[in-house]
Amino acid sequence: MDKSEIKGFIAKRVAKELHDGDVVNLGIGLPTLVPNYLPEGVHVTLQAENGTVGAAAAGQYQPEDKFHIVNAGGQPSGIIPGGSFIDSATSFGLIRGGHVAATILGGLEVDQEGSLSNWIIPGKMMPGMGGAMDLLVGAKLVIVAMEHTAKGNPKILKKCTLPYTAVNCVHMIITEMGVMKVTDKGLELVEINPEFTVEQVQAATEAELIISPNLKSMID
Amino acid sequence: MPKFTTIDEAVKLIKDGDTIMIGGFLGCGSPLKFCEALSKTGVKDLTLICNDGGFPEGAGPTGQNYGAAWLIANHQIKKIVATHVGINPNIAKQNFDEKTLEVCLIPQGSLAEMIRADGNGLGGVLTPTGVGTLVEDSPYCLGKQTINGRDYLLMAPVHADFALIGCTKTDKAGNCWYGGTTSNFNIVMATAADTVIVEPDEIVEVGEIAPEDVRTFGMLVDYVVK
Repeated sequence: MDKSEIKGFIAKRVAKELHDGDVVNLGIGLPTLVPNYLPEGVHVTLQAENGTVGAAAAGQYQPEDKFHIVNAGGQPSGIIPGGSFIDSATSFGLIRGGHVAATILGGLEVDQEGSLSNWIIPGKMMPGMGGAMDLLVGAKLVIVAMEHTAKGNPKILKKCTLPYTAVNCVHMIITEMGVMKVTDKGLELVEINPEFTVEQVQAATEAELIISPNLKSMID
Repeated sequence: MPKFTTIDEAVKLIKDGDTIMIGGFLGCGSPLKFCEALSKTGVKDLTLICNDGGFPEGAGPTGQNYGAAWLIANHQIKKIVATHVGINPNIAKQNFDEKTLEVCLIPQGSLAEMIRADGNGLGGVLTPTGVGTLVEDSPYCLGKQTINGRDYLLMAPVHADFALIGCTKTDKAGNCWYGGTTSNFNIVMATAADTVIVEPDEIVEVGEIAPEDVRTFGMLVDYVVK
């Protein structure tokens, strides 16, 4: 798989975790592809933390007004019929208050305790947490969707080395190699991409994987 | 009743060393002309409270600096309190390389509530956001409390000398209506500053904004600029 295929492959698998009627917040990048792959009959409401409930999915709108309607990346966006515009305090009230069913976001590092780091590399880069810390503590389901490694180096670790975005918050990690669930005992590999062996997945993962006795293929 | 004045007159109110809040999210909902005009005054050593640093030149919808980015490009800010500054590389440059800009990062939902707390007479915000992270070391974090078995951070209220608000329509009583996603931080900021300055796209007659559509009340607004 080349890079662009990998992103679509991960997004397609993530989409299967969403349920009809869910309110979902998508991070920037790969997560924005997820609505393109929703199973038939599954419709979700996108929440954009900058102020939209019922945001139009990427590519599903004609930007008309670049000055007044933007998405969480500041890019021109749209709203679906039945949607609403809200202010920041209300938006994060919905997020922290547990009214958002799922958030899907990427990570620099994620660990077997379900902690995630994705907002700062001390001394090098400090983009900031934006809304990520609130989403991680508030959303009922947290899915990290990312490439399994960065330049060949594991991103799924025993313990994050970068400052945390939030601790013990991730429920599921979905990569091009497999699907992992965060459990009390550690990371459980529950699905695998048949292009890889379990040994290959483990070799690309610093955390020790628990292999599910019911390990399934990621591909239907 | 607010005073109606020109942007060029209103920018003179802001002095060296003042703390300003600028509404908007990556410039959407920011008082765009006011920010540009303020960058021409040369006022300096400002503390800026905002969601982000706006789009730098070449990246935003106008191609020019967008929103707060004007003030950063012009080195008028000594400290920025924000949630995300990765879109405007001038901030990292002035922080890491030139060491002229202090950056304080706060989670977005916390910052909104900290501003709201100030404007609503509350002594702080208890939020689960940031527990176990560097936010615990922030000067704005006043401690940790456990309530019903869950940990919360106590975050300080945030106040400014000036709140600079962008809105879509303001009526002649100062009531504001926000189109699309422009309300964002403007709503809370308009409650949390000594002086509130509003830059609307359009000034309309009283009655053109229905009372139930007013989001920032004229009683909060000191100046409307055009």
